[in-house]
Amino acid sequence: MPDDQTRTFVWNAAGQRERYDNFIGGKWVAPVKGRYFADSSPINGKILAEVARSSAEDVELALDAAHAARDSWGRTPPAERARMLNKIADRIEENLELLAHTETIDNGKPIRETRAADIPLGADHFRYFAGCIRAEEGTLAELDNDTVAYHFKEPMGVVGQIIPWNFPFLMAAWKMAPALAAGNCVVIKPASDTPLSLAVLMDLVADVLPPGVVNVVNGHGSEVGAPLASSPRIAKIAFTGETTTGRQIMQYASENLIPMTLELGGKSPNIFFADVMDADDAFLDKALEGFALFAFNKGEVCTCPSRALIEESIFDRFMEKAVARVARIKLGNPLDPSTMMGAQASHGQIEKILDYINVGRQEGANCVIGGERAHLGGELEDGFYVKPTVFVGHNKMRIFQEEIFGPVLSVTRFKTLDEAIEIGNDTLYGLGAGVWSRNGTTAYRVGREIKAGRVWTNCYHMYPAHAAFGGYKQSGFGRETHKIILDHYQQTKNLLVSYSPKAMGFF
Amino acid sequence: MPRRVIVTAEAAALIGRLKQQHGPLIFHQSGGCCEGTAPMCFRQRDFRIGQHDVLLGVIEGCPFYVGEAAFRYWAYIELTIGVVTGGSDSFSLEVADGARFVTRSRLFDDAEAAVLDAAEPLPRGPQALATMTSGGC
Repeated sequence: MPDDQTRTFVWNAAGQRERYDNFIGGKWVAPVKGRYFADSSPINGKILAEVARSSAEDVELALDAAHAARDSWGRTPPAERARMLNKIADRIEENLELLAHTETIDNGKPIRETRAADIPLGADHFRYFAGCIRAEEGTLAELDNDTVAYHFKEPMGVVGQIIPWNFPFLMAAWKMAPALAAGNCVVIKPASDTPLSLAVLMDLVADVLPPGVVNVVNGHGSEVGAPLASSPRIAKIAFTGETTTGRQIMQYASENLIPMTLELGGKSPNIFFADVMDADDAFLDKALEGFALFAFNKGEVCTCPSRALIEESIFDRFMEKAVARVARIKLGNPLDPSTMMGAQASHGQIEKILDYINVGRQEGANCVIGGERAHLGGELEDGFYVKPTVFVGHNKMRIFQEEIFGPVLSVTRFKTLDEAIEIGNDTLYGLGAGVWSRNGTTAYRVGREIKAGRVWTNCYHMYPAHAAFGGYKQSGFGRETHKIILDHYQQTKNLLVSYSPKAMGFF
Repeated sequence: MPRRVIVTAEAAALIGRLKQQHGPLIFHQSGGCCEGTAPMCFRQRDFRIGQHDVLLGVIEGCPFYVGEAAFRYWAYIELTIGVVTGGSDSFSLEVADGARFVTRSRLFDDAEAAVLDAAEPLPRGPQALATMTSGGC
């Protein structure tokens, strides 16, 4: 735990190991080839732990353990599975500070966010699906006097899950909770640069689940993710990540004819109608925060509101207040509870962001704030910090079309409601959108026209369970964080039963 | 003819090592999420190219494709592929060795853009591999 919250930190507190293997069959198992990689912190570049650099052989061991547990877990009564999911939630809540600290150190996101959002939302996800599975029912229909169709939901068996580095803990919860609730055994691969919060969680819940129900294989995408996704031993693959890899996952899935759900990228528009400035009140204040939310999780969110569309008639006045709001964003050591924006996740990520800032300038966009790396000095000088950046331009620029995945906002203007919709939809993606208006009819009409799976209306960046989340277009398919995801983790078994003693008369 | 995609010496060396390790390679750059909007490097046999992928160029003998929808915005961009140490996890092959390919962009000037405008349209699809002249990957 940090001995001085604003300067240094100590890894290897109680609950944090110096080395993590793979969690297979209820225990830690060394990687078959004995290779490890160093996981470091983007806060200051220091090494945190050694982690298993697994390969296809380790994926096979995990699948062995999952298959060994499969039938028994599948037959466990829903109430019993729910009890265990609630127990996992209990353990998460009891260890909130440990998990929040781990997540902050490994990913670079502010401790304010891990304490208030990532970890509590993760716990809640297990509770939500514990509830859903107890309330789940199949159906039956009496087709005629002698024939009844019974529909049962059954687990798929063993599923593969590959999660990204931007919300390591929460993405693990989003994937694991419904899969386990539905009675499946899981082989999950966390991102190699952010493996720690899931590893710490497994230590906390090792005694809760039967061995083999959850198996964690650490390592890199090409060495672990590819063999997992292309394995004929999984019944389904779930992936959250980038577009080209999403295509590759689909190709692997096609080899084995298995279903998949994909959550890919976004270039979400945040649309501000003139009426938000009708009064200088709490709602305007909320809208200004909404504008600044491109900096949430340092912009490393698939749903980052990375485009802002502002109605022409309020453009200058709104921008004056909005940019002032951005100027107040406090960048700093993510372990400082007053820090609003932390470190970008890696060297590769910050290089990409800086290139896009350069692209924006070359394209002729006007940088109104930020636009460069931040040097925080001292111990943080080797960390990956970028100033929150706002460009003004038009929607055909690359910085309006491509996902930067950093704290860079591209702002443009619109004149009419139709133009707002047109610009909003002029993107390859369709994951999120924000609509801000005091007029409920305007907000509703625009929200229904935007081709995105999640339209935040007079809010943004809220991820409660029981609100469906997923993409249109190149953002992928399938909906998470709602009980409809259970359909993606279950088979429907139709027992078509005849109570007639007589032959049909064919043969 | 201005080249649309070029490599740094460091990236060229890394591509050489990856080719030795994995065999023929292919690059694809897309636009989304996490480790996206950066070039993905796969074994050629592990990634299927479609009719809407554009062959932007060839680097160290390896084809570099982009999705057609993304290409619309790249018509006047020169991409330089470089390397950094320490990228976030991805399925791209170099990540397992602790490296990450990155893209740096430069807008072509008017003279270069004019030459490109007058040139043949870029080939598309897997059949474009047959048009690669600078030796196989």
